[in-house]
Amino acid sequence: MSVKLTSRQVGDVTVIDAAGRITLGEGASAFRDTIRDLAAKGNKKLLVDLGEVSYIDSSGIGELVSGFTTVTNNGGQLKLVGLSKRVKDLLQITKLYTVFEVFDDEAEAIRSFK
Amino acid sequence: MGWRDSGEIDKTQITLDSTLESVDEAEAIATREAKNMGFEEDEQGQIGMAVREWMVNAVVHGNRYSGKKKVHMEIERTKESLTFVIGDEGEGFDPASVADPLAPENLLRQSGRGILLVRAFMDEFDIHPRPGGGTEARLVKHRANS
Repeated sequence: MSVKLTSRQVGDVTVIDAAGRITLGEGASAFRDTIRDLAAKGNKKLLVDLGEVSYIDSSGIGELVSGFTTVTNNGGQLKLVGLSKRVKDLLQITKLYTVFEVFDDEAEAIRSFK
Repeated sequence: MGWRDSGEIDKTQITLDSTLESVDEAEAIATREAKNMGFEEDEQGQIGMAVREWMVNAVVHGNRYSGKKKVHMEIERTKESLTFVIGDEGEGFDPASVADPLAPENLLRQSGRGILLVRAFMDEFDIHPRPGGGTEARLVKHRANS
């Protein structure tokens, strides 16, 4: 199974719900394209919900970083919510916990956007 | 698959195409081997991911997806450990050439974290030239009570 991506609005925040595997190939590419498309359309407040992501490899992590860079370079914010222990561990190992704002609760995440 | 006496090695050799499907296949094989050896679920996932990350290196950077080049995987099982030896048929690789993904200036790079993850998840990991050409890596995970 690759990744399934849907987006919804909560106020002025665009929430991207990801489910499945974000790995090298189709999954990581789809994730990259979704973030880039939303950023290109002017969305500056993006919240990525990884709660249903069963697996992410270093390529998927790379696309997450790339999306973060794209959005922040355009003056926006990209934050994460709903990480599993496995994904949290990956962010710790790669020190990306120092880069991303990570939340366990969507409402709290939404409130954090400036 | 039963346990062997200490010192005995049970080996399996697999030849894989240089495709993303092979990366998925190798990951599944590694996870299954880890489960069969009695590793905990978290460790099964870690072992599967470590094998996946090195397979990506072999397929993408070593063999460059060439239909003419194979990835060679050998699985070694002992009472104490599970080992994967994975080699490509590429031009060779200098691990020192990989930028440190944890250096502050590299944290936002899109790639370069694969080897870091292999080192984090396996107990032993070394990269060396593959006999006959290419690059080979040895990934070892010890059983907790070994």
